[in-house]
Amino acid sequence: MNRRQFIHLMAIAGASGLLPKTLADTPTDPYDMPNMGQVRLLHLTDCHAQLLPVYYREPNVNLGLKNMRGRAPHLVGNRLLQQFGIKPNTPEAHAFTYLNYSQAAEKYGKVGGFAHLATLIKRLRDSYGHEKTLLLDGGDTWQGSGTAYWTRGQDMVEATNMLGVDIMTGHWEFTYLAEEILANINKFKGEFIAQNVFVKDESLFDGAPAFDEDTGHAFKPYTMRNLNGVRVAVIGQAFPYTPIANPARFIPDWTFGIRESEMQSIVNTVRTQEKPDIVVVLSHNGMDVDLKMAGRVSGIDVILGGHTHDGVPQPSQIKNSGGMTLVCNAGSNGKFLGVLDFDVKNGKIKDYQYRLLPVFSHLLPADQDMQTYIDQVRAPYLGKLTEKLAETDQILYRRGNFNGTFDQLICDALRIQGDAQISLSPGFRWGTTVLPNQEITMEDVLNQTCITYPETYVREMSGAEIKMILEDVGDNLFNADSYRQQGGDMVRVGGMDYVCEPTQTINQRISNMTLDDGSAIEMNKRYKVAGWATVGSQSPGKPVWDVVADYLRDRKEIKLDKINTPKLINVDDNPGLADYPV
Amino acid sequence: MKTSRRIFLRNAVALSVGAIILPSTVMAEKQVAAFQAGTVDDSLANLFESAQVEESDKITIKTPDIAENGKVVPIEITADLAKVESITIFAEKNPMPLVGKFNFAGNRKGWLKTRIKMGGTGNVIAIVKADGKLYKASREIKVTIGGCGG
Repeated sequence: MNRRQFIHLMAIAGASGLLPKTLADTPTDPYDMPNMGQVRLLHLTDCHAQLLPVYYREPNVNLGLKNMRGRAPHLVGNRLLQQFGIKPNTPEAHAFTYLNYSQAAEKYGKVGGFAHLATLIKRLRDSYGHEKTLLLDGGDTWQGSGTAYWTRGQDMVEATNMLGVDIMTGHWEFTYLAEEILANINKFKGEFIAQNVFVKDESLFDGAPAFDEDTGHAFKPYTMRNLNGVRVAVIGQAFPYTPIANPARFIPDWTFGIRESEMQSIVNTVRTQEKPDIVVVLSHNGMDVDLKMAGRVSGIDVILGGHTHDGVPQPSQIKNSGGMTLVCNAGSNGKFLGVLDFDVKNGKIKDYQYRLLPVFSHLLPADQDMQTYIDQVRAPYLGKLTEKLAETDQILYRRGNFNGTFDQLICDALRIQGDAQISLSPGFRWGTTVLPNQEITMEDVLNQTCITYPETYVREMSGAEIKMILEDVGDNLFNADSYRQQGGDMVRVGGMDYVCEPTQTINQRISNMTLDDGSAIEMNKRYKVAGWATVGSQSPGKPVWDVVADYLRDRKEIKLDKINTPKLINVDDNPGLADYPV
Repeated sequence: MKTSRRIFLRNAVALSVGAIILPSTVMAEKQVAAFQAGTVDDSLANLFESAQVEESDKITIKTPDIAENGKVVPIEITADLAKVESITIFAEKNPMPLVGKFNFAGNRKGWLKTRIKMGGTGNVIAIVKADGKLYKASREIKVTIGGCGG
């Protein structure tokens, strides 16, 4: 669908009363949400195990290319505010954009935290009626913090039980060992669903457990809930490229994929057999994949999505052969809670209202039970977590298509500690923010690096190999077909610069690779490269957090002289790019 | 009673053991040439009399968009054509593109599911011979080094 068709569609939607309430209707109390309809869905996603309130800076580079150019979620800064009618210099503008970030963060404080989320969720359930409310978690819940790593995700299983999560799907959940994942799912009081995870034929043959041996589904594909007489179907869609983006060796029996035709047939089956009033897909596809899927699969009322960490204030309304599907994406790190109310009549949706509520921690008193639990989880590790490693005079963040400042710090540490010329660091979208003139603690470092395959390496690579890596990851980010994107950002680099033309095709995007001293990186010459997070096999070096912590303890004060962001070509006026160094 | 997937798989493995004929043992000269050919066109010339191939939307190739493992990429080909005689699979970018030719005896449904090895991103091509004519469809499969996802 092109922009003109989309606008046309929006006009139709507006005329038929389907257009959402605008943000101008925001009541004085930001959490005083009027009740509407018969069913309320609460949507949390990608919290990355952040039990405590955090800072999380939204990106200033989130390029959308071709048909995605200028469309949500590929809008940053003022372009995002304009698109959604948000006034600048307001709490909402701060929540949804990077604008004036450090000062605004000082003013509005931290976001998220499970004790504050618990208070908000309880309030939204109390006012609407618990029997009419579902709490859905899109995954990336069991990974991202020191305590999640040390407890193998179990601290988060209990936290989500206390929060009252009814249904979840996953991605980083699958970076523990298969038996640990199954044990955690067993302890989870809600249901874990995924229609796109199958037990491999050979594993099934060898006796690997499956939810359904006939279909091969590793997990329950969907679940039905009766909310005060309204029948809600929820279909799970785990991250389709888990065994590619993360180590397959932890989960050798399972195979994933987008599985579009399987999704359509499940929707058809659910529609015919279960007679639902509402069909929901709880997705970890990433928003671009959700948007494409919404246009090609019919019969879904709403896709509640995550993975790409896009905090999008209003749903995208996507037309398909069966009518219209809403696509909502609810940000990350506990910063937002999506609230979707449906008015249903005679098995059809008449109207809806959606708000993506920013969770400002100081506006929501901590839930005492949850706070006690969090304190108890952290107690054994408190000394390690709170160790002050160094001070920073500038903001440290990750999120964005290219190097963030915290990435640069990690890349510098890898390069200096490993005595390497070049360093590489993965373009994850999680990782919390440190404000200027704050201490960097071990917890901050862990929040940026805590994965189950943290080992580092230092090895020789040819210039051609380095280019191949940049091209390969660049294609995962910028491929013209969103089904062929994996939803991470570009690999971060240290000690080298390059030119990137995102609109090109693979092997044509990267050029002019140079070392920091300006000399050209030659294809047939070999370079010493440091890195971490290898998916193929375990690397030999120390965990990356120890490398970074050693570097910080040595330096004591952090001042980044150079950020190795690439020079970009052919994206000058892209609405997903602002305040980018030329 | 419905046969479970596990039982079905066991039976399928038992059956296929009897059916496999190793190409090297009985392969005619032309077939050897077809496997050794470096391009799809050269291989086709050794497999079929006519070079006339028609693109067809009656052939569906189901594969992952991105392969989880380039060494074993699952593919499923369905040819909704009458009198399917054979389905031939190529991985275009492989040094030896011909993966295999599957002959269909009698009036079988034009369907097969297998796994192929792919050296890198490229098209999988299905050539279906039906009622004496050749039809073609292709689909690109991405093979990536993995990692760096968020």
